[in-house]
Amino acid sequence: MELSDIHNESIRNEIEEFIEREDERRHIIQLYGKARPSLQDLAATIIEGAHHETDRLARAALDDGIEALEIMDDGLIAGMAIVGIKFRENFIFVPEVLACARAMKAGMAHIEPILSASGIEPIGRVIMGTVKGDLHDIGKNLCIMMLRGAGFEVIDLGVDTSPDDFIEAVEEHRAPVVGMSALLTTTMPNMGKTIEAFIDADLRDDVKVMVGGAPVTREFADDMGADAYGDNAMECVEAAKRLVAESAKSET
Amino acid sequence: MSKLLERIAAGEVLISDGATGTYLQANGLEPGGCPEEFNESHPQVIRQMAADYFEAGSDMVETNSFGGSRYMLKKYKHGDSVERYNRMAAEHARAAAPPERFVLGSIGPTGEFLEPNGTATEQEMFDVFAEQARGLADGGIDAFCIETMSDMGEMSLAIRAAKETTGLPVFATLTFDKGPRGYFTMFGITPAGAAEQLGAAGADVVGSNCGIAIEQMIEIISKMREATDKPILTHVNAGIPKIEKGKIVYPDDPQRMAALYPKLVEAGANIVGGCCGTGPDHIRAIAKTLRG
Repeated sequence: MELSDIHNESIRNEIEEFIEREDERRHIIQLYGKARPSLQDLAATIIEGAHHETDRLARAALDDGIEALEIMDDGLIAGMAIVGIKFRENFIFVPEVLACARAMKAGMAHIEPILSASGIEPIGRVIMGTVKGDLHDIGKNLCIMMLRGAGFEVIDLGVDTSPDDFIEAVEEHRAPVVGMSALLTTTMPNMGKTIEAFIDADLRDDVKVMVGGAPVTREFADDMGADAYGDNAMECVEAAKRLVAESAKSET
Repeated sequence: MSKLLERIAAGEVLISDGATGTYLQANGLEPGGCPEEFNESHPQVIRQMAADYFEAGSDMVETNSFGGSRYMLKKYKHGDSVERYNRMAAEHARAAAPPERFVLGSIGPTGEFLEPNGTATEQEMFDVFAEQARGLADGGIDAFCIETMSDMGEMSLAIRAAKETTGLPVFATLTFDKGPRGYFTMFGITPAGAAEQLGAAGADVVGSNCGIAIEQMIEIISKMREATDKPILTHVNAGIPKIEKGKIVYPDDPQRMAALYPKLVEAGANIVGGCCGTGPDHIRAIAKTLRG
């Protein structure tokens, strides 16, 4: 698959200009090279953050008889894959990502009801919350948008989430991955306390824990016994993918 | 021109204070507690904090009002106390201030995004900043320090609200992070861009605070200095927190930090102080280094 196999010109330009890592470029070219032209066009509206256009093209794709799952994978998620890389590499920033997320949401509004009616499972289920005592949610919400953009189902517990709330959510939703966020150095220790609460509740083996937030470093994450650390929203998605895979492996 | 701005214009390098949160946590503020509520419940702690910083050599201290906007206080169920907490914050610092020293009214981010990125309208956000600014002005501040902002939209509204409501000078600082392509705020503003845009938005003093350690802050300030003739203020973290013997510590002790402050001044800063992790001992060391 070559860059020239991609029909949509703006996607080709995006790849040329912004996707610098060789492995990622190969992956993205594969992803788009096999996608229908109309879904490449849909992906381009996500990258532009043009939510009205996303809405229109997602509807049109369904009307053309394309499967909902294919529209999601080759249109919406493919679009967010480029958005995520541009964000990580400082080509775009929070306002642009939020615009892309609005477009993603407009597209998913058409797709989601069909997927859930036909019993298609998301690629994984993740519980997300800002830890106890901390009322900051900008970073957490960005991570949630990127997770949803990558096809995850996310249960958002909001801010000031106690260990008991996390435990209750894990039991209720049977989610294999929990993500915890903190902005304050003073509330960061509550991540470790939540992990201890999982151990006390005999749930630690059932759930993988990922952590992030401004003061959180890999060193902190290791120290508190987390399974993964993400420096940014893209790494959060990578971590969630890895943890879902690990958890599926340990179940079999 | 205000006395404070006159002294900067005369070429004096002024010393601001250190962190508020760090001080309050060491003096009874629970993790995740509401710092502004301390203005009412622990007035002696707030006054002592200002007194400690003045005693350590600060020419100015900030009020304990960083999260004192209605948006933030509402989260702690203190939405009805905006004017009172802000006025008290200013009164406490003023009460501790010796003659010829100054009080900066601290205003931090609202935690909300403007439409269409979030739900706040410009008018609503303007009103929220105006309300906080009035409280601080009533309590007797000399100028505002609007800080730790990422979005110029929010920052511009805060500057305009503070100016139009009170007529006092406004110091405005953004927070940068180092990414793969250099320094940017969360909203993508560079240090040079910030220096220009903050000036254009009406700030009397521009600058940067928090987010990174002093080595990076020196780079940021020199980039800002290349782009503006305005006075520059910086409040610097005591490094990036790490774990030592199971405890979270900020690595840059007073001596280490103070040793680099001449470089910060050389890079173009006119007012220097500390942010997260710094305390009166940092200010004392900085004052000693810069003034001998």
